[in-house]
Amino acid sequence: MLSRRSLLLAPAAMGLAAREATAAGPLKVAYVYVSPVGDAGWTFQHELGRRALDAALGGAVKTSFVENVEEGADAERVIRKLATDGNDLIFTTSFGYMNPTVKVAGQFPKIKFEHATGYKRAANVATYSARFYEGRYATGVLAGRMSKSGIAGYVAAFPIPEVLQGINAFTLGMRSVNPKAVVKVVWTSSWFDPGKERAGADTLIAGGADILTHHTDSTAVAQAGEEKGVFTVAYNSDQSKYGPKTCLTAVTHNWNEYYIGRAKAAIAGTWKSGDVWGGVKEGMTKLAPYGAAVPDAVRKEVDAKLAAIGAGTLKPFAGPITDQDGKVKLAAGQAMADKDIGEMKWFVEGVQGKI
Amino acid sequence: MGDGVMLIALLVATLRAGAPLILAGIGELVVERAGVLNLGVEGMMLVGAVVGFAATIGSGSPWIGLLAAAAGGAAMAGVFAVLTLGLRANQVASGLALTIFGVGFSALFGAPYQSHPIPGLATVIFPDLASASPLVQQVLLLDPLVWLALAAPFVVQRFLMRSRAGLVLRAVGESAEVAHAFGYKVIRIRLAATLFGGAMAGLGGASLSLAYTPMWTENMVAGRGWIALALVVFSTWKPHFVTLGALLFGFVTIAGFQANAWGIPVAPNLLATLPYLATILVLVLISRDRLRLKLNAPASLGKPFHPA
Repeated sequence: MLSRRSLLLAPAAMGLAAREATAAGPLKVAYVYVSPVGDAGWTFQHELGRRALDAALGGAVKTSFVENVEEGADAERVIRKLATDGNDLIFTTSFGYMNPTVKVAGQFPKIKFEHATGYKRAANVATYSARFYEGRYATGVLAGRMSKSGIAGYVAAFPIPEVLQGINAFTLGMRSVNPKAVVKVVWTSSWFDPGKERAGADTLIAGGADILTHHTDSTAVAQAGEEKGVFTVAYNSDQSKYGPKTCLTAVTHNWNEYYIGRAKAAIAGTWKSGDVWGGVKEGMTKLAPYGAAVPDAVRKEVDAKLAAIGAGTLKPFAGPITDQDGKVKLAAGQAMADKDIGEMKWFVEGVQGKI
Repeated sequence: MGDGVMLIALLVATLRAGAPLILAGIGELVVERAGVLNLGVEGMMLVGAVVGFAATIGSGSPWIGLLAAAAGGAAMAGVFAVLTLGLRANQVASGLALTIFGVGFSALFGAPYQSHPIPGLATVIFPDLASASPLVQQVLLLDPLVWLALAAPFVVQRFLMRSRAGLVLRAVGESAEVAHAFGYKVIRIRLAATLFGGAMAGLGGASLSLAYTPMWTENMVAGRGWIALALVVFSTWKPHFVTLGALLFGFVTIAGFQANAWGIPVAPNLLATLPYLATILVLVLISRDRLRLKLNAPASLGKPFHPA
């Protein structure tokens, strides 16, 4: 037992005592979310993962979350608070939390941190992300089969690699079944602005696009499609209730198994820092259930493509790939290296738009 | 889709994108003409959006939702009026506080409504909208709020310039003391103008949450209240210039998207700033006449009135 004096004299010992106290109880797991949980979207998918973790491990874990945490100084304060509150494992779920996470992790070497979509790691900071582009490729095939005009519209937020991978994979998938297809891209310069996403969707439809998809966080595109009778492929979460007739499916990400696995590893003492970039195979990228408008033959074809991607026999970024200017980016028979995919900063042939 | 229909589609998209700005901007114009500066437009729009959405779900009728949105916006303006007209608090600080309050309150109040998809106003009126022919569809997409936004500037212009009540309202905005000396109830007139501005901002918010992007999500107004405020100043307090500015803003946004899709090489970051630049530039150019600017700016804007 620690006396008051020894507490004052040895803050380090106090820290150790606190660690031992929590190690005996359930594993305390905390999540930091960039937006409100809501009922669809990026944060909601992580929240589903947290709930799955609760359900799977029951009394062995104690989870909590802080929502709507702005990236930057505010994030550092929140992450530090979670660390001093005695959490054992902290997931920070947005790209902008990268530096605050690494900084706080340096001050709490015994606490395990996991940062989504970032690239800075440490002994107690792991990173994880999903290959959304694998799902994008499959929905590109779907778009190629469902589009009559051969023009797809893509409402995108910012020209960063994660978004460009999606646009390129979607285009390659669409052109694999309709070589003449084009994908028109508009940039909203905002992850979340329903009005602007809506205006982008309206413009694309006016320009002849008869299937739309998006890489933004609201449901505005699915709703625009439903109002005007234009097919949509949603992102993040199943949005079929926003487009019951026209929303064909959604590219979703699923963190349930990952979170359960990492928490189990932390409990067993086998947790290690590292980088996980999972896709269809790991169950991290999935498609939402198909809408009624998708014919059986198309469902089978898209499912088969997904299965092939999962099995590794189909690589979305496999040569030959030419860029917008007709320059060969990848020779026939080659598959693109993960590093090149991660640093993608160009459009494939068939995309109408500028970076 | 033919070129003609495409142009009409872009025009309709511009009108729909501009409607929330016009509604909120015209409301604020009347408020400022009465000498009150209410910076809480963003907060009033958000509260209007969420209250209208909740009332629509609760009652099943978007019309009741619109009434509730106007009432919600007016209630927010009422709080502002109590603070600034009644207690003579600083208008700038109170307005900013109103926006901060509106952002937080709408998020709290709206939390249970995040997961309710509702049909947009145009679809409620014309259920077969999605299967209509392209041209007919475009016309039907112009919902009543768009028409209201197009009509409001004419009504307000006529009211301000051609009616006795409008003359009194402007007098209060020019010199509250003189209007008071003539026996006009300055506080009451300012209160009425402030409530009208709040109701219009509420309708502007509802035009987003009930018609344009029929949903409720936290912070969905995304800065349009501030744009509306800026439009009032840059339009030199003239109703038709507010319309012009709002439509120009929407048009340049959409033209930017169109440039994107055509592959015209403009950096996305520059395109994102163009609507602001173009709108400011045009409104500054058309109102560069200094004398007229002076004549239009309400002389006692933002000054609290102390009845002697």
